[in-house]
Amino acid sequence: MTRKLLLANDHIEGIQSYDVYRKNGGYAAVEKALKSMSPDDIVEEVKKSGLRGRGGAGFPTGMKWSFLAKPEGVPRHLLCNADESEPGTFKDRYLMEKIPHLLIEGMILSSYALGANQSYIYIRGEYMYVLRILEKAIQEAYNNGWLGKNILGSGFDLDLAVSPGAGAYICGEETALIESLEGKRGNPRMKPPFPAVQGLWQRPTVVNNVETIAAVVPIINEGGDAYASIGIGRSTGTKLISASGNINKPGVYEIELGVSVEEFIYSDTYCGGIKNGKKLKACVPGGSSVPILPHYLVCKTAEGNDRLMTYESLADGGFATGSMLGSGGFIVYDEDQCIVRNTWNFARFYHHESCGQCSPCREGTGWMKKVLHNIETGKGKMEDIDLLWEIQSKIEGNTICPLGDAAAWPVAAAIRHFREEFEWHVKEPILSQERNYGLVSEKKFENVNA
Amino acid sequence: MEENTNIEFPKELLDEVQRVISLFPEGKQKSALIRVLHIAQAHFGWLNADVMDYVARLLHIQPIEVYEVATFYSMYDTQKVGKVKLEVCRTGPCMIEGAEKIISYIEKKLGIKEGETTSDGIFTLKAVECLGACGYAPMLQAGEKYHEHLTEDKVDALIEQYRNHPSANYMGQNND
Ligand SMILES: Cc1cc2nc3c(=O)[nH]c(=O)nc-3n(C[C@H](O)[C@H](O)[C@H](O)COP(=O)(O)O)c2cc1C
Ligand code: SF4
Ligand code: FES
Repeated sequence: MTRKLLLANDHIEGIQSYDVYRKNGGYAAVEKALKSMSPDDIVEEVKKSGLRGRGGAGFPTGMKWSFLAKPEGVPRHLLCNADESEPGTFKDRYLMEKIPHLLIEGMILSSYALGANQSYIYIRGEYMYVLRILEKAIQEAYNNGWLGKNILGSGFDLDLAVSPGAGAYICGEETALIESLEGKRGNPRMKPPFPAVQGLWQRPTVVNNVETIAAVVPIINEGGDAYASIGIGRSTGTKLISASGNINKPGVYEIELGVSVEEFIYSDTYCGGIKNGKKLKACVPGGSSVPILPHYLVCKTAEGNDRLMTYESLADGGFATGSMLGSGGFIVYDEDQCIVRNTWNFARFYHHESCGQCSPCREGTGWMKKVLHNIETGKGKMEDIDLLWEIQSKIEGNTICPLGDAAAWPVAAAIRHFREEFEWHVKEPILSQERNYGLVSEKKFENVNA
Repeated sequence: MEENTNIEFPKELLDEVQRVISLFPEGKQKSALIRVLHIAQAHFGWLNADVMDYVARLLHIQPIEVYEVATFYSMYDTQKVGKVKLEVCRTGPCMIEGAEKIISYIEKKLGIKEGETTSDGIFTLKAVECLGACGYAPMLQAGEKYHEHLTEDKVDALIEQYRNHPSANYMGQNND
């Protein structure tokens, strides 16, 4: 049985409400922290836990917190990133909707650790109904003395509020989020200065994902070492995975890091196998921006080892034969899905979401979308495939923010692993409009050329 | 959501605007802008120049600062739209679960194309990017509500419901 730290109580009737949450052990971590721990003690526990950012990049949270500048007399801020717009990802919504107080409790602990007295949850505008759930829960927390002045007589003050976006994937990028929270367009800022030094209103700021902040609650309750004892190597603790696509049981799963990919896809505890008895064709394990894996690299690495649900194992083989855990947006494709079409769909997404500040991203995503559409609709030429490769390689690493990379990687990976399917679209312009290519051949990864 | 030539919020919305402003430090009231524009759009139907100027006055900022934001974010309508926006997610995970079929079904049913509004002014159909419901695909959002695991029957039912009660999409509750 997998241990659940975040979603252990999600099935309890009424757990959304303060009373039920409290009766089931809620706010015990805040009690413990404010009565017996210093802010540095909390940072220390989080360091010990090995917790890594759940928003996509996997950066160690304790280390990130220790970078926060603390100039005398300047307020600091903690911002919770609830923008959740990476295609394939819907875990934060689940957590906030089902157990809003868990996030609030995590915000109190994390704000205390950072010495932040005014913290915000920035939530994507489409989640307005979740914002209302959070606002209600925050009000309950104020009413019961968990927010406001001098919490539990500790001398620590905290105000917490929720603020929405209005439909822009780019506002998930931390500096764009900050701009948006200042009431501006979501254009990413140049770094440095980093938010840890100059963030919201030019004050030192930490931005963390919803799940990262929620994980601080069990870390304080059970101790950093206990948290770190779950998982494998540098992938500690549990992770929420959003599972979608052609599987029997899509949904949000909390896994112990280290479960095998095979178990995750095929066991009834999780995805329950491929729908309609079909075969697995491909998998995007960490949200739309991570490299797609062909079926023969999903459950095994190129060396033939079992692929595990960890940061390291999913990345095993680098971009040549691996991918990334990313945000945990796990998308499964069966044999009937068209990789060219999916790649075009994602390219259209990134083009739509590019903020337009840098030309490689703005122009490059537009070109990729166009060329992919041509190939998809049977109007492509062989040279177009190389042209696509060329375009994506010119975006990567040449932009202000990582959205450019996020747009380039899926295209690169699709060509790398599914080149014959792209070629088939060019060679069979009529047939490719009538049916899909099917499974890619097994031997392919010997000639990973790119 | 009636056509409103008299650009002013009723008392309860003015109070709500003050509450939102108070969530931010003194002098940082511009941070309330995105929320206030949502409130304005829900109340006036869409964001025309008069509405945006009114919001600028409420927040003591320049009108241009409001226009910049209103045109950046995809949820804001700076053109007139129907009372109920049906926004169908078209991104990868929804596409492979039949988003395109849902879009064409709605197009046929309402006699409009994606991006258009029905002549009675009730429905606007839009294709949008991932709404964070990928595991419950295909899906659409109507106002503030998520409708998931869509089938043609479900689409029929919700169109019927909204035709009779267009404001039902702004109650801020997810009952699906
Ligand atoms: C284009 C783009 C979109 C992003 N979207 C999100 C998001 O929706 N949610 C999120 O938590 N992080 C997102 N991130 C990552 C954030 O910039 C940031 O690294 C993260 O919120 C840090 O939190 P963590 O350390 O807890 O993961 C995005 C990054 C980029 C470049
Ligand atoms: S990489 Fe793209 S999204 Fe990021 S700042 Fe440049 S144009 Fe904007
Ligand atoms: S892809 Fe449709 S909700 Fe995510």
